[in-house]
Amino acid sequence: MTVETIGQASATKPANQKLAIADCDIHPSPKSVEREIFPYLSKRWQDHYQTYGMLLRQPYQAGPAYPKGQPDAARRDAYGPNGEKPGSDLEFMRKHHLDPYNVQLGVLNPLKSGQGLQNPDFAAAYCKAINDWQIAEWTSKEARLKGSVCLPYEDGFLSAQEIERRAGDTNFIQAFMLIRTSEPMGNRRYWPIFSACQDANLPLAVHAFGFGGTPVTGGGWPSYYTEDMVGHSQSAQSLVSSMVLEGVFERWPKLKLIIVEAGFAWAPSLSWRLDRIWAQNRQELPHVKRPPSEYMAEHIWYTTQPFEEPDRRGHLKDVFEWIGWDKLLFATDYPHWDFDDPTRIPLPRATDEQKEGFFLGNARSLYGI
Amino acid sequence: MAKHIAAKVEDIPPGTRVSVEVAGRKVAIFNVDGEYFGLRDACPHMGGLLSEGVVIGLVEANKPGCYNYSRGGEIVRCPWHGWEFDLRTGKSRFDPKRWKTHSYDIEVGDGKEMHAETVDVSTEGDYVIVKF
Amino acid sequence: MPYPPVGAIDCDLHPAVPSIKALLPYLDDHWRDMVIQRGVHELDSISYPKNAPISARPDWKPEVGKAGQDLVRLRKEALDGFGTKFAICNCLYGVQLLYTEDMAYAFARAVNDWIATEWLDKEPRLRASIVVSPQNPDYAAAEIDRMAVDKRFVQVLMLVMDEMPLGRRRYWPIYRAAERNGLPVGIHAGSAYRHPVTSVGWPTYYAEDSAAQSQAFQTTLTSLITEGVFAEFPELKVVLLESGFAWLPAHLWRLGKFWRGLRMETPWVDRHPLEIAKDHVRLTIQPYDAPPRPDDLEKLIEHFDSDEMLLFSSDYPHWHYEGNNAIPDGISRALQNKICYDNPLATYPRLKEAVT
Repeated sequence: MTVETIGQASATKPANQKLAIADCDIHPSPKSVEREIFPYLSKRWQDHYQTYGMLLRQPYQAGPAYPKGQPDAARRDAYGPNGEKPGSDLEFMRKHHLDPYNVQLGVLNPLKSGQGLQNPDFAAAYCKAINDWQIAEWTSKEARLKGSVCLPYEDGFLSAQEIERRAGDTNFIQAFMLIRTSEPMGNRRYWPIFSACQDANLPLAVHAFGFGGTPVTGGGWPSYYTEDMVGHSQSAQSLVSSMVLEGVFERWPKLKLIIVEAGFAWAPSLSWRLDRIWAQNRQELPHVKRPPSEYMAEHIWYTTQPFEEPDRRGHLKDVFEWIGWDKLLFATDYPHWDFDDPTRIPLPRATDEQKEGFFLGNARSLYGI
Repeated sequence: MAKHIAAKVEDIPPGTRVSVEVAGRKVAIFNVDGEYFGLRDACPHMGGLLSEGVVIGLVEANKPGCYNYSRGGEIVRCPWHGWEFDLRTGKSRFDPKRWKTHSYDIEVGDGKEMHAETVDVSTEGDYVIVKF
Repeated sequence: MPYPPVGAIDCDLHPAVPSIKALLPYLDDHWRDMVIQRGVHELDSISYPKNAPISARPDWKPEVGKAGQDLVRLRKEALDGFGTKFAICNCLYGVQLLYTEDMAYAFARAVNDWIATEWLDKEPRLRASIVVSPQNPDYAAAEIDRMAVDKRFVQVLMLVMDEMPLGRRRYWPIYRAAERNGLPVGIHAGSAYRHPVTSVGWPTYYAEDSAAQSQAFQTTLTSLITEGVFAEFPELKVVLLESGFAWLPAHLWRLGKFWRGLRMETPWVDRHPLEIAKDHVRLTIQPYDAPPRPDDLEKLIEHFDSDEMLLFSSDYPHWHYEGNNAIPDGISRALQNKICYDNPLATYPRLKEAVT
């Protein structure tokens, strides 16, 4: 019989302290809309919120029609010590995430931020409030965190106004939309957004989710949450097709687009496909001057969470090389359930330089900080 | 195989679980209706603490659209990515041969001739003992 | 680019219905009257605009009429041209797009009888897919049973985008009938246009519609697997036609990743989707979205972890390549033989019967 030491396992697993990371997808939430967001909303919109709630182009008041895999789509261990909602408490986020993973740059991507609301004026007011809240509750208190300018993106004009309002404000490092728009994103109704982003020198991040109102597949509504989740990759492919084939990157040559949480391994085959289709349909696309793969390579970055997990890492290495190591950005999606741990993802074999770029340097040079 | 005192019986009532460190190993101990199960407290995928997962039943199907529910409380879902593990074997539900976490034998005993630094071992009462 | 070896089996080519008049002899009296009384227009889908580059290779395009409408030319350009042993006709006349299920059923029957009489009776190398009306899966199943008696029909044909994702149980009478008759289900690019072709709305350009087809194949494959079509119909094979194939490995990695965490949602999915696809899913090679360098194509092919999934297709008369260069560079001779001969025979039991 042996003598043993018994103790509680620590709540947070020890992390590799040497690895410094940029986390390009962190989701903050208010503990209470009334307490934290209302101060930045006019009386009219406070009343509207109380009376009608946040009506989206989807059926339920309380949440999506594909129930998530976990409550709030959150890691079970991401609730604060007093039961605070995941991602709602800065002090807990520091202890639970920023410190142990040595996050040197954390990009805040607020969801439920008023984006895609049926009422565009309410969307604009709510997005503006969320942006004010990011400064007040997060970026002014924690220098490692940077905000995203949430856009009421279904209205290009109001979105451009919000970008102009935040231009030059170092609390923000990107503008922010969701993938499932109501029309393909290269459509001209969204063009004011691209102009404003280019003028303000803000990359434009597009995150999975959103409710555009059309079925989430070209063949109608699927049955399962699994399909909804996997489907973000297909929505992202349609988005990229639209952006390239509408000539957006020809018109705004400095625009930088970041695809967030929608996969990346699809990008090479899409670029080959678009090149073929472009070459065959030049007559229809005189405004697209170069092969689509060139625009994709120059203008598009991808966050890698949820990380692809093929059986063989070598396969993923091919994908990394086809896309370019400098276009891939690490993200954890904290505090959500499909979190990627930087020390555990099956990263392909890489040089030190590639690794450093992937975890930190690519984000720094993209955002210019 | 050595025996190690992991906890007092009253610390793990039925339906609960604890995470303990025993001889440098993190072990999640679950009490399912008085029966104890021990798993290495780390998901083989990315290391999520299984002791923080929710336990559910085993859902199986002999055809699409059918959800046969059995063994309530004997499957733990990783708190991160939701991978399911069988508390009795440590094997994952989706690919039991390739993905599993270590499973430990657990017994209840009076802990005589064993002692532990952070559990106050007395001569009365029972202890949950991990074997490895 | 290599030519297909002589004796290849062409798993996707497109005889065209020259005009709705050609179908009149094959319609019931009532529907024949309706076509005339109501002035029913041609049922050509917007998926292939008549003069769009994809729709007809210039040297395969007649001065008058549609590419693929003439048996003599198809025989010379496709069958003799490639030296194919068999070629499977997938008629894309837009019967799946009609809103009236009775009319769609009538047109599906007419197209199948027309194919049998005007093509299969006249050319022994041709085989065909059974056109069905998914508007009413029971009618579709009845049509499968009716046509399957004729062994020259080797497959059931559907379009990748319909009212609902194709894995939905609503469609299962079709798969049950296909399995019962030993027929794979071919799913071809195209849409019934019940919804925008992208999940983010209607596109501006035809090129976007083209690009979106591969996304539709991805979501359709997701649906077939998650709904348990292959668990319910273990003998069923699905052939993705004109789907591109380069997207497949990356898509299945992702589906597999989510399945591992959400298995409880669809417990009948009892193994990795990649394994299910290897057993049940086949893809034709034209058009392909290949990487620019052949050695990258070799790498991509390795990602499939299978040499049994790809099938040769000319996609005649659609325009994707010149001359006979229908096989991409970077595919080994051994794999070419699998793609052109072994894999089609393993996929289509009725072709195998015909050669043995």
